[in-house]
Order: sequence, then structure tokens, then C-alpha cells
Amino acid sequence: MEAVAHEAHGHHEENFVSKYIFSQDHKMISKQFLLTAIFMGVVAMLLSILFRIQLGWPGESSSFLHTFLGDRWAPNGILDRNMYLGIVTIHGTIMVFFLLTGGLSGTFSNMLIPLQLGARDMASGFLNMLSYWFFFISSVIMLSSLFIETGPASGGWTIYPPLSALPQAMPGSGLGMTLWLTSIAIFIASSLLGSLNYIVTILNLRTKGMTMTRMPLTIWAFFITAVLGVLSFPVLFSAVLLLLMDRLAGTSFYLSDIIIGGEILDNTGGSPLLFQHLFWFLGHPEVYIVFLPALGLSSEIISTNSRKPIFGYRAMIGSLLAIGFLSFIVWAHHMFVTGMSPFLGSVFVFTTLLIAIPSAVKVFNYLTTLWRGSIVYTPAMLFAIGLVSSFITGGITGIILADATLDIAVHDTYFVVAHFHVVMGLSAVFGMFAGVYHWFSKWYGRMMNTRLGYVHFWLTIVSAYGVFFPMHFVGIAGAPRRYYDYSVYDAFDSAQGGMIFELNHVISMFAILGGLAQLVFLFNFFYSIFRGPKAVQNPWRSNTLDWTTPIEPIHGNWPGELPTVYRWPYDYSKPGAAEDFIPQTVPLAPGEEEH
Amino acid sequence: MKFIVLIVIVLGIIAIAQMMRVYELTSKLRNRREEDIQLRDNKLNATLMLIFMIVLFGSYIFMLFRYGRGGLPEPASAEGVNYDWLMDLNMIIISAVFFLTNFLLFFFCFKYYKKPGVDAYFYPHNNKLELVWTVIPSMVLAVIIILGLKDWNSRTAAAAPESVRVEIYGKQFDWTVRYAGLDNQLGEFDYKLVNGTNPLGIVTAETIKTRIYEMDSIVSMLEANLNDPKQVYSKETLDKMEDELATKERIYQRLIQMQQTHDVRKDVHANDDVVEPSNTELVLCKGKEYEFNLRSQDVIHSAYFPHFRAQMNTVPGMVTRLKFTPTLTTKEMREKLNNPDFNYVLMCNKVCGASHSNMMLKIKVVEPAFYNTWWPMKASEGAFKK
Repeated sequence: MEAVAHEAHGHHEENFVSKYIFSQDHKMISKQFLLTAIFMGVVAMLLSILFRIQLGWPGESSSFLHTFLGDRWAPNGILDRNMYLGIVTIHGTIMVFFLLTGGLSGTFSNMLIPLQLGARDMASGFLNMLSYWFFFISSVIMLSSLFIETGPASGGWTIYPPLSALPQAMPGSGLGMTLWLTSIAIFIASSLLGSLNYIVTILNLRTKGMTMTRMPLTIWAFFITAVLGVLSFPVLFSAVLLLLMDRLAGTSFYLSDIIIGGEILDNTGGSPLLFQHLFWFLGHPEVYIVFLPALGLSSEIISTNSRKPIFGYRAMIGSLLAIGFLSFIVWAHHMFVTGMSPFLGSVFVFTTLLIAIPSAVKVFNYLTTLWRGSIVYTPAMLFAIGLVSSFITGGITGIILADATLDIAVHDTYFVVAHFHVVMGLSAVFGMFAGVYHWFSKWYGRMMNTRLGYVHFWLTIVSAYGVFFPMHFVGIAGAPRRYYDYSVYDAFDSAQGGMIFELNHVISMFAILGGLAQLVFLFNFFYSIFRGPKAVQNPWRSNTLDWTTPIEPIHGNWPGELPTVYRWPYDYSKPGAAEDFIPQTVPLAPGEEEH
Repeated sequence: MKFIVLIVIVLGIIAIAQMMRVYELTSKLRNRREEDIQLRDNKLNATLMLIFMIVLFGSYIFMLFRYGRGGLPEPASAEGVNYDWLMDLNMIIISAVFFLTNFLLFFFCFKYYKKPGVDAYFYPHNNKLELVWTVIPSMVLAVIIILGLKDWNSRTAAAAPESVRVEIYGKQFDWTVRYAGLDNQLGEFDYKLVNGTNPLGIVTAETIKTRIYEMDSIVSMLEANLNDPKQVYSKETLDKMEDELATKERIYQRLIQMQQTHDVRKDVHANDDVVEPSNTELVLCKGKEYEFNLRSQDVIHSAYFPHFRAQMNTVPGMVTRLKFTPTLTTKEMREKLNNPDFNYVLMCNKVCGASHSNMMLKIKVVEPAFYNTWWPMKASEGAFKK
């Protein structure tokens, strides 16, 4: 029956619009997500360099700033205070939502779920298309908010009310905030459509023999990510909706007893803490929505390129499930010093620190996978190892922040900024790069250049650690985040002010280096799309089904019958086998144990 | 100039593209495919892994010695001393984990790169091993949790009855301090009473009366403006004025209610409070426990005392609390740091608008001897109602 369905597909008239724009083919949609995400990533990276210039060289005129921001936002080449907060906010928003949620899940879940499960396409091609176009619209709205008269939303990506609820509080809380909320509401719709589709596809469209415990860890990670998204994004949606009502309809969900700009408001009874609870109920699972797909990709890449089965496959699934579950009962660790009941705080200390256990299991399993492996250093493998390193380095500082009593003095300082950039930002970005290098040929039928990949990786990891390692020390020093200018320290402790300045200086230089390093990637990526060497079917000698499709992608993925699966995906270097890999489509030899 | 830069960039890209071309042609000639990683490349990357590890560890140790606490002076409160001890302990634990796991990672990466004739070892799972690295982290975490919660409970427990009460009030972009007066009890407050002479909205029969009078005249003025036959307003202005009038009338009504239910006997607590002009300084006495009541007028701020290792958000619509006991006077700290200009500060640590980074209040910690003469004078001179 599936073959018939495929035949029917094949006879479609494909014109430009249906093939490249309103495509319902998961591979094309994945490409659309990838290219949009790369564009958004470049914008967010550029924004970070703009504010790093202000932090590294405070008060100095910069023609670079002036070129990008003009007289309106960088008079005399010095960044405007309001715009500083604006670009910090939009940098965070784009990175978290558009690059690492939409971009990462949208690209890789779309590409790999059907290919690695042996499905013709996603369960609903139409919803999949809608998911991309909602994503696109919300991206456009978010970017457009950078160009309006009063500037973009500028209360930080967590948009805590009342700051974000009251247009009188700061210029960015005017139209910019309305656009932000609209954009995110549409983004949530996109994310929900995508996630539902992934869940249904994984549960229903696995090919013959592909039991849940024969799925690659990538798919497990995408599955849990999608479940987290479906359960948590609606809560953010309600938070956003209530905030919009406070702004536009005069309600008081988050507002109480406020005098703003000399004007007394008659809102009473609301609670700003309510917003924080709703926000972080998404906000914390969101960290794992960002991070789990990257873990999934790296599990696959590390196993393939160590030529060894991933160590403790079932433990890996178990720890993914445990992390996914725990991520729902830890949200209030973002709120230890917000005035929440201290008893509630102690409960969240306990649940949060529990997450360290499955995370430790994952790390040790990666290490054991590498142990006595036969490691092939493809650029993808380098980035996957980078991910493990940043996961360790960023994860351990989480232990400090999860401990309420230690959080008191480092809460909202650069220590937090460093922590989540390393554990969530770097790990997820490394995972994404690893995925792009590894699966590039599935999109474009060509290979990316390996040597440039090496250069890209080494520059990136050096500059990434160069940025975020010193940042921990800025945080321990107690430097609050989202400060426009740290020379305020000179007013009360010039020795400390000097030290913070020195660190900020170094951080900014590494940030610029890191930005330049991404040019190597961009060049490699776009050059290889058109001029890269043609790929072979299974370049990394991998076991999963995605490498059994034809090199030139076709509608329906496999010509003829769908492949049948006989084994788990990690039979690398199995004793007694002729090759060091056995694809999932090879039946078990007589007397062979599965694993 | 810009033109030249542009040309250089374009030429640079063309040059790289040509180099890529040459690289590809030579690969083709040598029959080398992109996915075949050469032994040389493998070895190079493996070595780089080891070098990277050494540099990473080296720079961590270097930074630890050079920056330590990033220049933050030693704790100036009893709670801060405990905090630093626990922080150091946790830092030692996580640094050990950092070194150990990163070492294993990079060392394995260095040692086990693909060499001809050496196969990978098929090792899919080992339950005993996995149990070990589930149990060991659990035990370490148990220690961390127990020590952490013990300290958290003592820091968030109610302050002793004799502790000194001080209110700190945040608004865009300054802090205002109210000492509780000689009775050590802060008077009640209500945001509806805030005006030029009563910046914190302290509730007394008199402040209510004044505010009602004020609000009454505001309402009449707004009504007069609205009903002025000589004025022609646009629809938009008219809507705005009507909204404002409605708000003010509602607040007026609530003030009347407040007046009817107000208990005059509570006024004594308010009348002896000392409200400092905003943005002056906060004076604390060494060795006394302080309980701060924190409030905000407009948006969320955070009262952050880095030198005392203490922090709590100030949230509009609610009172949050924080306590600590200063243990080093400003003078002692200046001597320790050998910096005569050093000051303790209260910083804002929750983004609150454009001048967030300038929202700062100087704190002076004084000796009890000085405090005991300064405070009675301050209390009698500065009382809310003399």
C-alpha cells in the first residue's frame, strides 16, 4: 500500500512554488528551517558583538557600531543605553527561541525523524509546512521590531512584568514589546505544530522492525524534546496572553500597587511572581528542549566516529527520560531570591540537584564510548566532543546555582550568564554544528570541506572558552548582568573595577574572534552547497537508515519498498563481523545476539 | 575607504575559493575523498585535543590565582563568612569534577584516535559500572544538598525580634531608606499615599487626610478641564482625560475607605520612623542583626549587597525580607584593602530600565560606639512627625 501511495506522490506536478516555497516534503522544510536558523544565528551573533564592543571598550567611539546602528542608536559611535538593553534582549530571544529551538528541532527533527525511522514523510506534511511558515512569520516580526522608532523589547529575554507590562517604564516596553509578544505567540504555534507532528510520526510511522528500543538515540532525544515542547509551550502562551491583556485590556494579572513615571495606577491584586512561575514553567523545560536534540545528535556522531556502540544505550534512554521528567519540577530554581517562599525554594534545590545524576550518567557513558574506540576526527566528531566538554564545564557550575543558599550572591550575575551560555548555548550550538557537518550530504548531496571544518572547530572552541571562562570570574566578583557600563565600580572600589574591566576586555576580544571564526563556517557551507565534492551514499560508514536512501533525495525517501530493520543502530566493530559497521537493515546472522 | 575594504573582502573570498579549488583538484588527483580522514589529520586533531586540555587547565589555574573572587573583598557579614566557606567547598568539588572528567575526555580523545590495525573494542554496556557512576554522584550531591539546605534554612529563617528593622524602597532609579525609629517598628504603608512629602506612602491619619485633600483637588481640576466649554479636545485626548479622571476617582474612593477604617493607635509606629532622602546612604551598625523590608514603587528591582553576600528582589505589590549581620566596618575594610576610597554598596541586580546600572546606594558600616551616639540624634531629628 505504501508503494502505491508513493507512486501517487511521484506523479505530482512540481512547480517552483510547491517545490521550494510551500513544500510539504520534510527534507525541503528541514532545509528551510536550517537556512532561516543560520540567518537568525548570524543576526544574533552580530548583536552580541555590538554589545560586547560596548562592554569591552565602554564609552569609546566605534565606527563599527555607528555603521550598524546609525545616529539614532549609536550617536558618535557610542551605543545608546536603551538600545544596549534592546540588543541584549533580542540576542537572547533569537538565540534561545529562533536558533536553538526552532532552528535545531526544526532542522534535525524534520530531517532525521522520517529518514531514521524509515518513513516516507512526516505524519502531516501540511502541518509541517505550516510550522515552518509560522516560524518564518514570527522571525520576520521579531527582526522588524529592531527597526521601529522606540526600539525593540528591552527588558531581557525573560520579559518580567511590570517592566514589560508598562509602556511608561522604558521605551522598549512600547510597540517593541507588543511585537515581541506577538512574535512569540506565533512562534509557539509553530513549535506546537512541529512537536505534535514529530510525536505522531515517531509513534506511528516506524518501519517494520523499528521497535522503540531499536530507535537511534537521536530519535529518542527528538521525541522527548517534542513531548516537553507540547507540555510546556502552552503555558508560556498563556503567560504571554495574560501579559498582552495587562498591556492592552487593562487587566491586573501581574500588576499591583504601582506608581510609574509619577503616574499612579489603580491596578491591585496582581502578582509579578505569577508571571515568573508561568514563564519558567516553560523556561526550564526550554533549556532541555534546546539541549536534548544536541545530545541526541552527538550520541549518534560519537558512536559512529568512535566506531563503537554507544555505551549503555538503555541507560542513555533512561537518563533522557529522567532529565525530561525532572525538567518539569525544577522551574522555581530561577526564583530563589524573588520573594518566593523559602520552603518552596528548598524543595526546588532538591529536585534541581537530582538532574545532575542522569546528566553525570550521560557524561560517563560518552567517556566510556570514547574509551578504546577508534576515533575518526571528522569535523562533526570534533564538535560532538566539544559538546561533551562544554556540557561538563557548564553543568558543574549549575550545581552552585541550584543550591539556593549559594545562588543568593551569584543570582543574576555574570556567573549565571556564563553558566547557561556554556551548558545550553555552547553545547546546543556545538551539537548543531556537528549535525550540519555530519548530515550535510543528506540536504545537498555534497560534502563540506574537512580542513575548513577543522579550522572552524578549533577557532570556535578556543574563542568560546575564551569568552565564557573568564566570565565566571566576572560573576563571582558579583558583577550584575545587563549593566550598560561596569565603570560604575570605580565609584566605590577601583581595584575591583579594574579587574572587571580587564576581564571584560579579554571576553570582548574573544567574542570578536569567535564571530570571525563563523565566517569560515559560512563560507564552507555556502561554497559546498554549490561546489562541494559529490557525496557517496554512506560516507561515515554509519548504521542508521538515513544512509540507505539514494544520494539524490527523492520524494518518499526510498524508491520501492521501505527498508526493514533487524537490529539496533549501534553495531560498530562487532566481533565476528566482516566490516566495522552493520547497518540496521542487515538481518541477524544465525546465532548472533542482538546486543 | 569603505570601497577599498569591500574590494579586499571580495578579493579575499575569491582567493579562498581558488585555494579551495586547488585543494579539491589535488584531492581528486590523489584520489582522496572528503570523508576519508587521513591518519595525519587524525593524529593532528588528537594531539590538538591534548594541547587544548593543557591550555584549558593552565588558564583555569592561572585565572584562579590572578582573579580569584574577581576582586570581591572578603565577606563583611556573618552570613557572608558561611557563604564563602560553602562556596569554596563547592568550588573545590566541582573543580575536581571539572579536571577529572575533562581530563578523561581529552585524554581518551588523544589516545584512541584511529590507527591502522587497531580495532575499536565492542563494549555496549556494563550495568555494574553504570551503577557506580549513578551512586557516587548521588552521594556527593547528598552532601551538597544537606549542607546547602542547612545554610539556606538559617538564612531565610525569621529574624530575631531584637534585630534592627530597616525598609529599603526601590524605584527607577534610586533607593530610599527608612529606619524604624526608636520603637524599632516600621509604620504601615500604602502606595496610594505616595506624594512629594511622603515618598514611601507611610500611613498616618494625617497623611491620609493630606492625600485625600490633594486627590480631591486633582479630581476637581480634571473635571473642570473636561467640562470647560472653551476647550476643544480631540477624541484621543478626551479619552485619555476621562480615563485619568476615572482612575483618580477610584483611588479617591479607596482613600476615603482607608480613612474610615484607619486605626489611629498605629500611628505611633509610623510617626517616629526616619525617612532618608532618596539616594543618600544607608548606615549600619557593626555586630547588629538587620532585617530589611524591601519594597518597590514601579518595577522589579533587586537589592544586591555583594560585600555582604546578600540579595533579595523588591517586587511591587509585596514586601520581601532579607537579613544579615555586618561584621566589618567601612573603616576596617578600607584598611584591609588599603584603599581609602572603598565603600560598601547596594546595587540593583534586576534589569529595571535604561539607568539600571546607575541605581546604587552607598552603605556605611560604623562601630557600635559611633552608632550609639549617632542613632538617637538621627531618630529625634529625622522623625517622620516631630
